[in-house]
Amino acid sequence: MSIVFERPHALIDRPLHYCPGCTHGIIHRLVAEVLDELGIEGATVGVASVGCTYNSYEYFNCDMVQAAHGRAPAVATGIRRSLPDRTVFTYQGDGDLAAIGTAEIVHAATRGEKITTIFVNNAIYGMTSGQMAPTTLVGQVTTTTPFGRKPELHGYPIRVCEMLSTLEGTAYAERVAVNNVPNIKKAKAAIKRAFQVQQERKGFAIVEVLSICPTNWGMSPEKSLEWLGENMMEHYPLGVYKNVELTSDGAK
Amino acid sequence: MGEKILMKGNEVIAEAALRAGCRHYFGYPITPQTEVAHYMARKMEEIGGTFVQAESEVAAINMVYGAASAGVRAMTSSSSPGISLKQEGISYAAGAELPVVIIDIVRCGPGLGGILPAQCDYFQMVKGGGHGDYHNIVLAPQGVQEMYELVVDAFNLADKYRNPVVVMGDGYMGQMMEAVEFRDVERIERYDKPWAACGSEMKREHNTITSIYIEADVLEAHVNHLYEKYRLIEENEVRADVFNCDGADVIIAAYGTCARVTKNVIKDAAKMGIKVGLIRPVTLWPFPKKAFEQYASVPKGILTVEMSMGQMVEDVKLAVGGRNNVYFYGRTGGNVPAQKDILAEVVKIARGEGGDLR
Amino acid sequence: MAKVTFRIERCKGCRLCLNVCPKKIIAIDESVLNAKGYHPAGVTEPEKCIGCAFCATMCPDCVITVER
Repeated sequence: MSIVFERPHALIDRPLHYCPGCTHGIIHRLVAEVLDELGIEGATVGVASVGCTYNSYEYFNCDMVQAAHGRAPAVATGIRRSLPDRTVFTYQGDGDLAAIGTAEIVHAATRGEKITTIFVNNAIYGMTSGQMAPTTLVGQVTTTTPFGRKPELHGYPIRVCEMLSTLEGTAYAERVAVNNVPNIKKAKAAIKRAFQVQQERKGFAIVEVLSICPTNWGMSPEKSLEWLGENMMEHYPLGVYKNVELTSDGAK
Repeated sequence: MGEKILMKGNEVIAEAALRAGCRHYFGYPITPQTEVAHYMARKMEEIGGTFVQAESEVAAINMVYGAASAGVRAMTSSSSPGISLKQEGISYAAGAELPVVIIDIVRCGPGLGGILPAQCDYFQMVKGGGHGDYHNIVLAPQGVQEMYELVVDAFNLADKYRNPVVVMGDGYMGQMMEAVEFRDVERIERYDKPWAACGSEMKREHNTITSIYIEADVLEAHVNHLYEKYRLIEENEVRADVFNCDGADVIIAAYGTCARVTKNVIKDAAKMGIKVGLIRPVTLWPFPKKAFEQYASVPKGILTVEMSMGQMVEDVKLAVGGRNNVYFYGRTGGNVPAQKDILAEVVKIARGEGGDLR
Repeated sequence: MAKVTFRIERCKGCRLCLNVCPKKIIAIDESVLNAKGYHPAGVTEPEKCIGCAFCATMCPDCVITVER
């Protein structure tokens, strides 16, 4: 017998601090698997952001830089411009990327920075205990929309992939989900492509991953996966929003 | 060596940074420092360095944070309202112990204020500005030649101590042209950066740059470590220009442009039989406390002159420690204290007729 | 022939692995409490495992190793 599934090397063997069933663990693992498969762990610098994943530098085995809230794309720009031969990724949540860091992500994208952004959208602020996120769905109850998100009071949820795909600097934008095994496999393929886009210096690459927050949604992890499929995907359709041809496509 | 070139202060800042090995500049336009960005935009493209016109001051300082994390010499420049925006990133850089260099060509405030020169950023640069227990090293040149020298020193000090270093000038210094002589060969120091997040190549443990420490005791230990570093900086890096102070009747405390005006006041006062000394802090932090302690018993007192409503004067008072009268004279709004007006204050103090006692 | 190994001290009992198992041979072991205070998941009938690794794919905490 041989091992067909084990922890990737790029993910440090350490217990994750996330709540039971939190899919950050899956997404971390997918990123680490891609770093392993591309053989770039030692040539990669990751940028952790603010939110539940503030200390993802404790989990990724590559060099890591912790950034202020929302500033990860700017920090990544500084790193990538300083290390033209390295691979740089940011790992950001929806509050970080789509609220306080909207300017940074839009401009990193439009400059076509050769960075890869893993954007985890679970429609809520996790670490600060369940407030409305820019991606919170209309009607969704959070601690700051106790009677549900009402457009007339709270505005509408932002579709990040659609927005960023309008920018010429964005080379690749895909929305995936981690609510079941087939989708997790697709998510990994998207993450891998987002790193390959950077390797071929095509421009900015983002993978938006629909994720869950059982604790702040007030549901079991299993129920949360169902809720993601039934509610989030309608507002946030999965799919490729921007793509470029890669040299590695021809090699296949 | 020895060739003098006529250059604008802001261009000298940029040229000094390039000579110090800075190949990564991130900025955002704001008067009166924008020529730094103009110079960098042209030169960086010529030499294959990095110039990014960021989307905001906030982004610019965070790009510097990223570049410094990667181990390269990086700089941003701005003026007062822009510096306010950068304070978040400066606090993070202090916490993460990153060698970043920040130029502040101060203009008058508060708010959008005006675009004319001032020194009213003393509090925000010397006293913190951002959140948390930390210090920037703050260097205050009095002219274009010293601007060049202190910008080079800023990169050396930043690397030596892994700490943000601010070079604080004012709008006059940024805009005026003066002769400058570049003598960088002996000034540039190189430091290894084994801590940098630049890719492990699987040859070492992964490096992490962070400023977050969730556990109280761990964070306290980290802050204690920072303060041990600050103590070393206070021991080793204090600089002040002490001029004409032995036997003086009155001592003026002033930095930057105000110190230059004061040099002429000293001549005028001498003609009237009043001996005036000058203590010019070159490092605003660490503050040259000992110079003030040494001359605290000057017979008539100490006059602090600033282009503000009185910010450095608080540090002068602390250093003098109640042993003497500390007076203040300042102008704001973009005005510079005039030679004759400072002289009038000196004469009042020398004759025991009072002044603005702080 | 396949084998799954659960590192039960890392399991948070989130149950995400249970439903994805095509053989329905994963269950929470209520008789065990790990150091974190969770009832961990485990395999009830190991001989039925086909080594598809769906459980490991779904696990957020890298609890599961699969051999085949």
